[in-house]
Amino acid sequence: MSETTITDAAVGGAFPQIAAVGLGGLLVRFSDQLSEAANRAALAFRAEVALQGLAGVQELSTSLTGTFLRIDPLYPDVAGLCAQLQRLLDSRDWYAAPLPQGRRHLRIPCVIGGSHGPQWGDAVAASGLAEDQALASLTENRVRVLTIGFAPGQPYMGQLPPEWNIPRLSQLTPQVPAGALVIAIRQLIIFSAATPTGWRHIGQSAFRLFRPDAARPFALNPGDEVSIRPITAEEYENIRAQDRSGDGGAQIEVLA
Amino acid sequence: MSHGPAELQVLAAGPGISVQDLGRFGYLGQGVSASGAADPVAMHEGAALLGQSPDLAAIEMAGAGGSFRAARDLRISLTGAPMAARIGDSPVAWNASHLLPADVPLVLGGARGGVYSYLHLGGGVASPPLLGARATNAAAGLGRALAAGDVLPLGLDAKAGMVNQRLDPLPRFGGGLLRIVPSLQTGLFGAADLKRFCAIPFTRDPRGNRMGVKVLPDGAPFRSEGQLTILSEIIVPGDIQMTGDGVPYVLLNDCQTTGGYPRIGTVLPCDLPRVAQALPGAVLRFAFVSADEGRAALRQAQAALAALPRAVAPLVRDPHQMPDLLSYNLVDGVVSALAPEDLPDAQPQPTPEREAR
Repeated sequence: MSETTITDAAVGGAFPQIAAVGLGGLLVRFSDQLSEAANRAALAFRAEVALQGLAGVQELSTSLTGTFLRIDPLYPDVAGLCAQLQRLLDSRDWYAAPLPQGRRHLRIPCVIGGSHGPQWGDAVAASGLAEDQALASLTENRVRVLTIGFAPGQPYMGQLPPEWNIPRLSQLTPQVPAGALVIAIRQLIIFSAATPTGWRHIGQSAFRLFRPDAARPFALNPGDEVSIRPITAEEYENIRAQDRSGDGGAQIEVLA
Repeated sequence: MSHGPAELQVLAAGPGISVQDLGRFGYLGQGVSASGAADPVAMHEGAALLGQSPDLAAIEMAGAGGSFRAARDLRISLTGAPMAARIGDSPVAWNASHLLPADVPLVLGGARGGVYSYLHLGGGVASPPLLGARATNAAAGLGRALAAGDVLPLGLDAKAGMVNQRLDPLPRFGGGLLRIVPSLQTGLFGAADLKRFCAIPFTRDPRGNRMGVKVLPDGAPFRSEGQLTILSEIIVPGDIQMTGDGVPYVLLNDCQTTGGYPRIGTVLPCDLPRVAQALPGAVLRFAFVSADEGRAALRQAQAALAALPRAVAPLVRDPHQMPDLLSYNLVDGVVSALAPEDLPDAQPQPTPEREAR
């Protein structure tokens, strides 16, 4: 069986490309750099592969700029599956695909800085902005949920303006709490669970990304838009004390 | 024979005891890793010993054991890393099935020769499924470790009566060779490093848990090109992730679903139990195989699992075999040290570096 259509541990080269992920997966990469277009392409391609119901495919997911197909490692015609994927890739301009339906906009209250965001000052300095400008930039720009990954329900959100292209830290922060807002490389994450991180910890929300016992266990979907509503530490404590839903005081509107 | 409820009481539990099945699938897109038993071979062995499905949930123990009791007679089987096992006052064999009589404590402790041990129950653990599975991933918020006082409901045992069976475990303990195929970033490593990766031995570091284990190279660390600029991509169990210090982690079933560290290769799924069961200090080696060789290995491993039910044999009460079956229980004379409060400490299980990238 030929696997020539699978790029061998591809680095660079033309996109989109199909790469093998061990024996049990295929990754369709739309870029090796984060862009809105590549992210939309990955989401739209995933939706289309799901509609097609291709044989051998067991599960689908997306990362920032790729569509992952978990496949049966003993599926006898991986080359044929790759050819089907290639035909689908060639059938339209995936980078021009629209965003998914059913998107929502969430305004999520967060304490920024202070003891709830000990690396905020550091992040502001790295951005080169004055602190009031930085706060405005953080809270007036909407970010989009680009992908859910790493931990249950955990969103990677972007992109922030270019001044937030600040690197990850070389030293890990040993532990930030669930609900922590962190920033790096023009992206925000709100952590699903307590975790060590190399991203700068700039704030804290009471928003729960993963609600295992709820009817809707995952609070966000790729394509949802998020804005950060700055609140005081007192407001945060009040929300935390009163919120039973997990929404942490977020205001939610349906977009499309 | 007593007819109390079909449930198992946890009288004492060391750290790292959890309910596991063969994994939770279908939620990768929501950031939920498969989890499930670190040693799925043990799940198949335990099921074969009880004549039931390997999909039924069991109890996984990471180094330390626990003690258990039921209000009715239960069938149990014991697989994975051998522990000292006692039903009431009687030592019982590992890799075997037994009758656990009502109200008689089952005491398990001190795994040797491996990391993960399993207690399987006739009918399986029937706790309420979470997102369609019973696998526990406590760090991700899916279930929690078991603790004294927990009561686990059990499923209907269709084969009551079939006990005192034994099985020779499939080989996977003590480290050894791991077959790997290229991963997404294999091309970022130089040819010389790839060659060296497959030439040198690695030692299983004490740092490790159900997410992954660190393996120390006998020699210099491994560096890839563009290590800090890789976009976060999908991660699968078996991926060999090169963290910032150039020392690899082999990722296991609880691994995060995405990551930005370069991965030099992916261990075949059928060789992952060998990683999970390698004790700190065990020597592991890596060898690239072609995709076709990898698939042949997977087929062979599946056939070996499928053959397990036919390999089950009666547990012979031959005194000449007993020391062997009870292995170190008698050899080491540790049976008397099995009170729950004396259970040996768990395997050191610190968290590997989990960094959102």
